[in-house]
Amino acid sequence: MKPDTLGAATAKTANAAERKAFLVKHMVTIMFIALSLAGYILAGMTPFLFLMDIVARVSRNAFLVLSLIIPVMAGMGLNFSIVLGAMAGQAVLIFVTHWGVNGLPGILLCLVLVTPLAMFLGYLTGKLFNKTKGQEMIAGLILAFFAQGIYELIFLQFVGGIIPMNNTTLVMSSGIGIRTTVDLTGGLKYGMDWPGQLWGNDTLLRPTLPWAFLSVIAAIVVGYLLYVFVFKGKRPSPPPLIASALALGYASWWSIVQIQESTQINWIRVPFLTWIVIAALCAFILFFSKTKLGQDMRAVGQDRHVAAVAGIKVNRVRIIAIMMSMVMAGWGHIIFLQNMGAFSTYGSHEQIGLYSVAALLIGGATVSKATIGQALLGVLLFHTLFIVSPAAGRQVFGDAQVGEYFRVFVAYGVIGVTLAMHAWKTLLQNRARQEL
Amino acid sequence: MKTVLDFLKNLGLARLIILGFFVFLCAAAILLRLNLAELLTSSLARIGMWGVLVLAMLPAIVSGIGPNFGVSLGILCGLVGGLTSLEMAYRLEGVVELGGGALFFIAILVSMPFAVMTGIGYGWLLNRVKGSEMMIATYVGFSVVSIMKLAWLFLPYSSPEMAWPIGRGVRVQISLANRGITRILNDFLSFRIGDVVVPTGLLLFVALCCFLMWLFLRSKTGTAMYAAGDNPRFAEAAGVNVNRQRIVGTILSTVLGAVGILVYAQSYGFMQLYEGPMFMPFVAVAAVLIGGASVKRATITHVVVGTILFLGIQVVAIPVANAFTADWSSMGEISRKIIQNGVILYALTQAGGD
Repeated sequence: MKPDTLGAATAKTANAAERKAFLVKHMVTIMFIALSLAGYILAGMTPFLFLMDIVARVSRNAFLVLSLIIPVMAGMGLNFSIVLGAMAGQAVLIFVTHWGVNGLPGILLCLVLVTPLAMFLGYLTGKLFNKTKGQEMIAGLILAFFAQGIYELIFLQFVGGIIPMNNTTLVMSSGIGIRTTVDLTGGLKYGMDWPGQLWGNDTLLRPTLPWAFLSVIAAIVVGYLLYVFVFKGKRPSPPPLIASALALGYASWWSIVQIQESTQINWIRVPFLTWIVIAALCAFILFFSKTKLGQDMRAVGQDRHVAAVAGIKVNRVRIIAIMMSMVMAGWGHIIFLQNMGAFSTYGSHEQIGLYSVAALLIGGATVSKATIGQALLGVLLFHTLFIVSPAAGRQVFGDAQVGEYFRVFVAYGVIGVTLAMHAWKTLLQNRARQEL
Repeated sequence: MKTVLDFLKNLGLARLIILGFFVFLCAAAILLRLNLAELLTSSLARIGMWGVLVLAMLPAIVSGIGPNFGVSLGILCGLVGGLTSLEMAYRLEGVVELGGGALFFIAILVSMPFAVMTGIGYGWLLNRVKGSEMMIATYVGFSVVSIMKLAWLFLPYSSPEMAWPIGRGVRVQISLANRGITRILNDFLSFRIGDVVVPTGLLLFVALCCFLMWLFLRSKTGTAMYAAGDNPRFAEAAGVNVNRQRIVGTILSTVLGAVGILVYAQSYGFMQLYEGPMFMPFVAVAAVLIGGASVKRATITHVVVGTILFLGIQVVAIPVANAFTADWSSMGEISRKIIQNGVILYALTQAGGD
């Protein structure tokens, strides 16, 4: 065999191996893209209804999912205890609704008030996690159940009695305990999504979907140009660059067509302030991972013992990671509920941990690595599946229940499979290390 | 004095608080002149009801996989057995009349092969995730319960007491009364002392299971299993196949889960499907931990003490809270949540990190 054909052959096998490695690495995400597409086609929904739903769901859930990233960085796994942050957010919402502060000012007040509360809860949780190193996830899960008991004790038994509250719309007719649902309509509902609400301004920071897309695309292009030419950043390799350029080009063409033909799509309003807040959080997480503390967190996540030897206060760093995650979860849940407009006092926070973690994992994250891109892609895919599966179930089996059960199974299943795969990998790595 | 202090130290703060709470509840029940006979009757029934399910934790902890947060797998096997036995009774109507007792044993027999197969697979999985068994078990349990929710919609059970008259799938709650399975164990040889009803058959059945487990733990396999859980490296060096012992422990735990739910269902009078089994493992885990077990060590005594204490609290707490003030109607459920999850958290912190 000639040397150059031999080289070509090895290059070919290397390429094939690379492609296989890529497929294996992104198996979960690829599977869910296929599943979402299949569901979308089977469900036979109109693009208008689908887009309206997905815009609302992604806008209200993204912040919560992003709140999971920092503990992963610190090697503490998937933070199931964000449920406590959500409880703090909900508690603050109840009190601000009681005081009657409405709209955007009310939301700002909520965000300010929830911060110290979530920091306190995060501190306690971090302490607990330092006592259960290696078992943080199960501890976080059980802690969420435990906190549910305390939450019920406070809001079902103490409010109205030990904690006085005179409010017939919020408190049950017996005078004790908050009603099982709290309605935010006319109060904090859409406080962030619709900032001009109090002044009767319909359009302030509420562009239509095509215009929102165009502004985001413009922001991405400007940001990229600044990054490459002003800050002299590293250029990405051509294939992803061309792919992104094509995707952005298609999206802008699509948006312009929608505007010109003034289709139904133009009725969809985008909560732009919420998008800006989410973008700001992404920027913060990126910035934070470059700081000294962020680097320390990574070091702790890589190997606690090495980090400790290097002089990093491991326990302190871990507590800070949980406190940050908890505050973000509190804010995220407030954003979530102001969009929902009403919530079940004793239930709406319970599933937050499950659904946020599942969304993150569907985006391709693992127990030890999670990025912003994975979080955002995961929210998109998970909620696509959530929207289409009841409709697909009705179309295929004549029963929406099938689709509903299926999506819940997907949430639990993806967590179970990812956890098991990670644990197995860790076990094999440890064994290999011992044999060396 | 020193032994008393040692005893208290072994008990731990969390258990002391729970024991104190139980004593307080009992004292309050007496002072508030509640109907003690009624409380005792329902306590005995509740303790028996949960006994086998709590016992299912024992082989899991002893073999080293830790408290079995995935015992819902066994519970599901038991439910499949129960449904199949009801379906048999329906299909064989007019051919053979099957009594309640026969149906109960058919249910156990049918669920056995499922439980053993599930146990093997589940044990195989747990051997691959050593160190994270509790979390994985929890999510395997959740996943399987939710996929079974789909299965309940499709499984071909047609008996009218199970299937919805219109629509798809089996009912959420299936009554056992029509086939005479309800309280088949509870009422066997049951007698009264004053106003207290003693469910003899139920308690005997639980005692029998405990005794068999006690015997097993003293057998050759039992000793090997104990060694595998106690110190895997040492056991391996001594020629014990640790992974195999862990699978045996998982199978036993799953089988006991299947039997346990059938015992539970006959006492309760209903089988609960869909969401029903989802959170049952946590109750069983908490009970054995309250009894003094840790995530690494457990005995039959822990099972018995824990079941009596935890289920006793659940029975007494609600009427006591209601007697104090009508506004505290949710206090029973709230105290259960706090105690159950508080004690699991406490056990996790005691196990210590790596």
